[in-house]
Amino acid sequence: MIKGIYHFGRYLLLLRSFFKSPERFSVYWNLVLEEMVSVGVGSIVIVIITSVFIGAVTTVQTAYQLVSGFIPRSAIGSVVAASALLELAPTITSLVLAGKVGSHIASQLGTMRVTEQIDAIEVMGINSVSYLIMPKVLGCILAFPILVTIAAFLIILGGIVAGDWTGQVTIADFTFGARGTFETFQVIFMFSKAITFGFLISSISAYQGFYVRGGALEVGQASTRAVVFSCILVLVADYVLAQLLL
Amino acid sequence: MSIEVKNIGKSFGENPVLNDINYLMEPGKVNMIIGMSGCGKSVLLKCIVGLLTPDTGEVLFDGQDFHRSHFKGQREIRKNIGMLFQASALFDSLTVEENVAFPLKMFTRNSPKEISDRVHFCLDRVNLRNVGHLLPSEISGGMKKRVGIARAIAMQPKYLFCDEPNSGLDPLTASVIDKLIYEITHEYKMTTVVVSHDMNSVTNIGDKIMFLSGKTKAWEGDRHSLMNSNHPGLNEFVFVSDFMKNKK
Repeated sequence: MIKGIYHFGRYLLLLRSFFKSPERFSVYWNLVLEEMVSVGVGSIVIVIITSVFIGAVTTVQTAYQLVSGFIPRSAIGSVVAASALLELAPTITSLVLAGKVGSHIASQLGTMRVTEQIDAIEVMGINSVSYLIMPKVLGCILAFPILVTIAAFLIILGGIVAGDWTGQVTIADFTFGARGTFETFQVIFMFSKAITFGFLISSISAYQGFYVRGGALEVGQASTRAVVFSCILVLVADYVLAQLLL
Repeated sequence: MSIEVKNIGKSFGENPVLNDINYLMEPGKVNMIIGMSGCGKSVLLKCIVGLLTPDTGEVLFDGQDFHRSHFKGQREIRKNIGMLFQASALFDSLTVEENVAFPLKMFTRNSPKEISDRVHFCLDRVNLRNVGHLLPSEISGGMKKRVGIARAIAMQPKYLFCDEPNSGLDPLTASVIDKLIYEITHEYKMTTVVVSHDMNSVTNIGDKIMFLSGKTKAWEGDRHSLMNSNHPGLNEFVFVSDFMKNKK
C-alpha cells in the first residue's frame, strides 16, 4: 500500500516535471511529429487486422444471439456500430496499443537509462523528462484518436462484410440499423476514451522505463510492468468514463 | 574556471560512500580522481556534475554553488560542461554526426551549415573521418570514446569530465584517448576532471591527482610526487604490479 502511494506520488512528480524549464517549441514540434508517426504509422497494421476481425466476430456473434423473429436484422447493425464506437474501437485498440506502444516506450527509456544516455542529456542541462517523455505523451494523445477512428471505421466495415458474406444481415439492413441508433455523443465519448487511454498508456509506460535501475533484465521487467499496469488502468479508466459520461 | 568541492559527503541509505571530501580542480590541468573500484570515484564525479545530490558540502563552479542554484542557474553551468561517460552514452538511434550535433541543435541558433562545420571540426579534432554517417553500434569502442569526446567539446565547454575514459580499451587505444584528453585540456585551457584507476593514464596525463580511499581523500599531489609518496595506501594501489615497482 505504502509502495503504491510512493509510486503514485513519484508518477505525479514526473508529470509535473514536464513543464519545468522546457526547451524551444520547435524542438518539441519535431519530436511530437516523430512520435505520432512512430505510434500511428507503426501501429496501423495491427490496428487494421484487429479491427476487421473484431467487427466480423461481433457481427456473427450478435446475429447468433438475435435469433428471435421479433427482432429485425437491422438490430445487428445497431449493436455492432454502437459497440464499435462506445467500447470496441477505443478500448480494444488501446489494449492492443498498450502492448505495442507501452512496451516500446518503457524499453526505449529503460535502455537509455541503463546506458547512461539519460544522464548524458541531463548533464547537458536539458530537462530529460520534458525532452524525452512529453513528446511521447503528446504524440500518443494525438495519434490514439486517429487510430481509434480508423479502428471504429474498420470494425463496422468488418461487420458489414462478415454479415453479408455469411448471409446474416444484408449491407442495407446493417447500415440502416447503424444509422438509426447513431448519436454524435458516441463519437465524442470515443474520442474522450482515446485521449485518456493514450495519456495513461504513454505516461505509465514512460514512468516504468524512466526509473529503471540495473541492466537488460530490469529493462525487460519494466517493459512487462508497463504493459500490465497500462492494461489494468485502461480498464479502470474505461469503467470510470462510462460511469461519468453515459 | 576552477571547480572546488568542499566537505562533500554522500550516503546511500545506511551506507556512507563519501565523507568530507575537499578538492580544488584547477583550470588548464587534468585533475584526476583515482582509487580502487567501489571507493566512490564515480559517485563523487556524479555529485560534481549534478547527477547526484550530495548529503553535505558544496560544489563550486567559479565560486557558484551548483546544488544551491535554481534550475536555470544549474542549466547555465551545465552548458559549460562536457562529459565523456564510461560507456560513451552515445544516443544509439542517432548517427555519429547527429550525436555531435545534438547539443548544438539544442542550445544554439546556428544555421545547419555552421552546425555541420562545427561537427566536422570536432570530429577532425578527435581524428575521426568518414564515420559521420555511421550509427554508434557500427563503430569500435575506441571510436565511440572519441565521438563522446567530440560531443563533449562541441559546445566549447569550460569543464570536461571523463568517467573512466579507458575502460574496456586496449593499451594503444587507451593511450590515444589519454593523449587526446591531455591535448584538448591544454589547448582549450579547460578544467578537466578524469576518474580513473588506470595507472598508465595517471602517470601520463595526471597534472593533479587525488587518491580516494576509505570514503575520504587520502592523498593529493601531482604525478611526480605520486611516484615518491610514502603514503602506504597509495603505494599499495600504485605499485601493485612489478612493472610499476620497477618504475619506482
